[in-house]
This record gives sequence, C-alpha cells and structure tokens, in this order.
Amino acid sequence: MGRIGEKFRQLREKGEKALVAYIVAGDPSLEITKEIILGFKDAGVDIIELGVPFSDPTADGPVIQVASGRALEQGTDLVSILDMVESVNKSADIPIVLFGYYNPIFAYGNKRFAQRARASGVDGILVVDLPPEESRELRKYTDQADIGFISLLAPTTSSERIRKISEEATGFLYYVSITGVTGTKKPRVSDIRDEMKRVRRITEMPVVVGFGISTPGQAGEIAPYADGIVVGSAFVHMIEEHAGDSNMVNIVSDYAKEIKTAIHKGRNL
Amino acid sequence: MKTQLPDREGHFGVFGGRYAAETLMPAIIELEEAYKEIKKDKTFAKEYASYLRDYSGRETPLYFAERLTEKLGGAKIYLKREDLNHTGSHKINNTLGQALLARRMGKRKIIAETGAGQHGVATATVAALFGMECKIFMGREDIERQSPNVFRMKILGAEVVPVISGTDTLKDAMNEAMRYWVSHVKDTYYVIGTTAGPHPYPVMVRNFQSVIGREVKRQILKKEGRLPDVLIACIGGGSNAMGLFYPFRNDVDVVMTGVEAGGRGIATGMHAASIAEGKVGVLHGNKTYLLQDEKGQVRDTCSIAAGLDYPGVGPEHSYLHSIGRAGYVTVDDREATDAFLFLSEYEGIIPAMESAHAVAYAMKLAPTMSREKVIVINLSGRGDKDAGIIAEKLEVK
Repeated sequence: MGRIGEKFRQLREKGEKALVAYIVAGDPSLEITKEIILGFKDAGVDIIELGVPFSDPTADGPVIQVASGRALEQGTDLVSILDMVESVNKSADIPIVLFGYYNPIFAYGNKRFAQRARASGVDGILVVDLPPEESRELRKYTDQADIGFISLLAPTTSSERIRKISEEATGFLYYVSITGVTGTKKPRVSDIRDEMKRVRRITEMPVVVGFGISTPGQAGEIAPYADGIVVGSAFVHMIEEHAGDSNMVNIVSDYAKEIKTAIHKGRNL
Repeated sequence: MKTQLPDREGHFGVFGGRYAAETLMPAIIELEEAYKEIKKDKTFAKEYASYLRDYSGRETPLYFAERLTEKLGGAKIYLKREDLNHTGSHKINNTLGQALLARRMGKRKIIAETGAGQHGVATATVAALFGMECKIFMGREDIERQSPNVFRMKILGAEVVPVISGTDTLKDAMNEAMRYWVSHVKDTYYVIGTTAGPHPYPVMVRNFQSVIGREVKRQILKKEGRLPDVLIACIGGGSNAMGLFYPFRNDVDVVMTGVEAGGRGIATGMHAASIAEGKVGVLHGNKTYLLQDEKGQVRDTCSIAAGLDYPGVGPEHSYLHSIGRAGYVTVDDREATDAFLFLSEYEGIIPAMESAHAVAYAMKLAPTMSREKVIVINLSGRGDKDAGIIAEKLEVK
C-alpha cells in the first residue's frame, strides 16, 4: 500500500503515533509551502496533508477559508501543486495526501488527475465532498493509480456506515473529532476515547483524529486513543501570523516538534 | 420521460446526487428517511394542504393579463399569481412543507440561506407559526439591497446573520448555512429554499413547489379548455420554475422556458447564467451546470435580482436542458428593469425583480406568436422589496 501503509506499519511496530500536519498549498506561496514541508519532515511530522484551495470551502472554518483565498490569489492551482509535490519528492521521502474539494479535480479531469498525481508521487487523497455514494467516478482512476482514498468518519456516522466506509477506504481513516468545521470547537477527550473504541471494534485500519486539535497538550491527550493526530488550522494560523518573518519556517517546524514530542509522551497513557 | 427521476441516490441523469461531507451525510440520510415517510402519509398531506389553503391563501389566481396581451399584440398572457401568497412569493409553499417535516423530526431550530430575502421571510414566517428558533444567513450585499425583507425577518423574530465572504451574496450565504448546519446538526433543520443542495432537497423542494403547476393545469383547462403553449419562469436555483414545469413534463407540446439572469450582459461576463455559460461541476452537494473558471473555482456572479444571483442551478434543470425538454434563455438587468416597470404600469402589478426576468422574456416572445397561442408566466413574487433599487436606478426621489 505504498508509503502511507509503510509509515503506519513502522509506527505501530515502535508503538508510536503519527503526526499529520495540514497546510494550505500556496499560502503564502508554493515555494514556501515546499520549505515548510521539508521543515516538517525534519521536525518529525509523519504525513503531510496538503490543502488544495477551493473558492467555496464549506467544511472549513475561517482560518482555512482565508488561507485558501490567499493561495488562490497567488494563482495556486492543481497543476502547480502537483509540480511542487513532485519537486518535494525529489529531495525528501514523506507521504503526501492532497486534501480538498471535488470540483477542481473534476474540472481538471478525473483520469488525467489520477495519472498526473501518480506521476508526481501523491500517496493519497481526501476529497471532502465525495462520500462513498459518489466516489466511484473518481476512484475508478485513482485506485488504479494506487492512490489511497482516505475517508472521513464523523461523530454522527452510524456503526453500519463506519463498516461500509472502512471496507472501501484505503490508506487510513480520518475521524472528525467535532461536529463542526475545521479549527473551531475543541474536542472532548472522553468523547473521543469512547468513539475510538466504537471505531476500533469495526475496523483495523489506521485511524487519525483531527478538526479542532491545536495544542501539544490536546495532541498528547488524544494520541493514546488513535493512530495519529491531525493538526491543521493551528499551523495555518501561524503561517498567516508570521508570513513576513524570515524564520517563519523554523517557527512552524518548532511547533510541529513540540506536538510530536507531546504525542510521543502521551503514547503510553 | 416516464422513468422515475431522480434515482435512489438522487441523480437526474448525470446531475444531482449527494456530494456532501461525511459530517453532513448522516443528517442528509435522516432527512431522506423522514421525507420518505411523510410522502406516504395522508395525515401529513392533509395538514400541508390545509396550511397552504388557510394560511397562505391558495389556490393563487391564474390571471389573464389583458392589457399586457393587447399592448404586446400577440399570444394571450396569463400570470400565475404566486406573488399573492402569504409573504409575497412562492417560497412559502416549500417552507410550510419543510417546517412541518422538521416538526415531525422533532427539530426545534431551523436555519436557511436567502438571497432576495423571500425565502428568508418565508422561513422566518413558518418559524413564528410553529414556534421554532430561526436563523437566516444572508450575504452582506443582499442585506443592503433587500433591506425591507431584512426588517420583515427581524420583526418575525428571526436572527439575520450577515455573511461576509466571497461576493457577499447567495452562494456565500449557502456556504455559511452549511457550515452552521454541520456544527449544529443534531438539533437543527436546514430549510434549503431552492431545488438545489444534496439529495433529497432538489426532489423535495420540487414536490412541495409543484402545487404551482398542478393548479395552473387545472385553471388553464377551465379558462382555455386546453393546455398552454409556453410556460415561462425565472431561474436562480430554479424552484419556482421547477414547481411550474414539473406537472407538465409529460405534456410534450407544452414548451417550457427558464429565464436566467443575464446581469450586465452575457458578453461582459458579469451575469448569473449557469446553463447558458456554465460547465458541469459540483457545488453545494450536487452536480450541475456551474459558473466556474477553467480551474474549477466558482466564479463571481452578478444580477440586479438578488434571488437569481447564484452560480449554480438546480440539477433537474440541468437534466431537462440536457435532454432538450426545457429551453433556457437569458434576460439582462436592463430588460428586467423595463419589464418591471412595464408590468407595473400596464397591469398595476409590481413584480419581484426576479419574476420581472420571466416577464421580460414573455415581452420578447409574445409578439412573435399568434393571438390564439397561450403563454403562462410564473409571477413568483411581488416587488415591494425592489422599490428602492428601482428608485435608485431611475433617480426617483
């Protein structure tokens, strides 16, 4: 199953949990996005989730909405993102998942996208508005290209539906820890503990938890119950705040390091 | 056309469907189940019909516009007077149905998006009627240009939430309503106002609105002894048009024409004509014709009519267009404004700026048809809310 599967296998062997870091591609520019990815890798980030900006990000909170707007103003598009991913893959070995909405992919062409993404070394995709009911038209091509189809689970998802989704998903599952949009509410640890028990009974696939996790403390508390933690809006917000600083990449990577350390400490709780 | 559409997953041919995040899917499925139940339920049908009759004042008249007909010198023109509904537009047909459904589902809080404010007012109204909490999402630009409706919603006890993102219009209001719904999905019902959104909204809204076409059919047979030659309705998301067209879908001799907003002119690129100028894409839970750039980013739209200022269109319209059963044309801001004034002056009926688009197309079409022919225009709403815009345009003091 490629680099994603290999990553989780290694982590499980060591009894460790993944840090998945989300940033918006092209905010503030694709050159800097590349630097951040390389910085993340050195900081111990396990998987990169690269937001593909869309004009109408209905699952995202204000932080990622404005970051997507900035990226689009820079002229960021699917092709330039894939070029950047290809260039990252020449200098570093870290699994990369594209996270976005369906329309930019559909407009580019599903088949063409799958081929191009494969050639660039994309490991997986998470298309927010493509539930299993509608995913066949894209997966027809991405499955063939061996690109993981990462699926969301929500607190409201029934056990029957979790079974169906996990049977069809490839790569890993992404448990949305709050009923809400990205980077808004704070998840309750006890809820996540119970929910992850429910998910675990149904599937053995790796499950990461995200939406609303922003601090090392939260990450450390939640990590024991999952295979990994996703942090997004917190990084995106830092990038916005330090956009002009020459050491922005270091600041963001240092924060990733802190979170990774907290996850590591929390693992045996 | 005899096959039952949409299919079980909500597809009209390649259009429609359920392109929604997993955070919403369980709520959408719950809604679909509940809707299936009430569709079979005679008590619900009775209750709904009684509210349409006693609360909204249905049936609405089918009015022969004699002076308009004479002035244009061609086909006979009838107006389906949806503007005479309680709250002043066809939107109440749908909000009554959905609020009754929400009540069945035990949801006490309802939310809605609105462009012109007609759907917002109709939702705020039913919230007051059934004692529900109500939040209306409305783009900042629309709040400014449709202020009379904003006051009405507030008087009715709704909270109007200004949306400041994108172009501050209907699309952005819908984005924000969806985000709010995701965050409050357990106790909140989202009343979508048009035949768009994820399945089952397009089919549900169509069915609630199709009372319009069913009445027209009955009324025109009584008045003319035959079906009309042409049906005309304006299209934003397309709920009033779908409501008029649907009962006539198998009457193949009846021409059905939807009128999209041409804004400042198709050539300027500043319009909201999704079918005329869009490509197939995915937004707000369904696949449909969408105004977008070559990268798949949704384009800004522009129309004098806030209710038509939307980059997508209901998926069933995309389907009717693709099979050629309905035709779609555009009317620009200037033509709509002229029609607004024309109908006001010759018939004493001030149409909503949205409905004025349908009138404008009829004004072009009628003179080309013979006097025996019959046109029915869906006069979907009244235009009090637009008096300010027109006054500004004409510098009426």
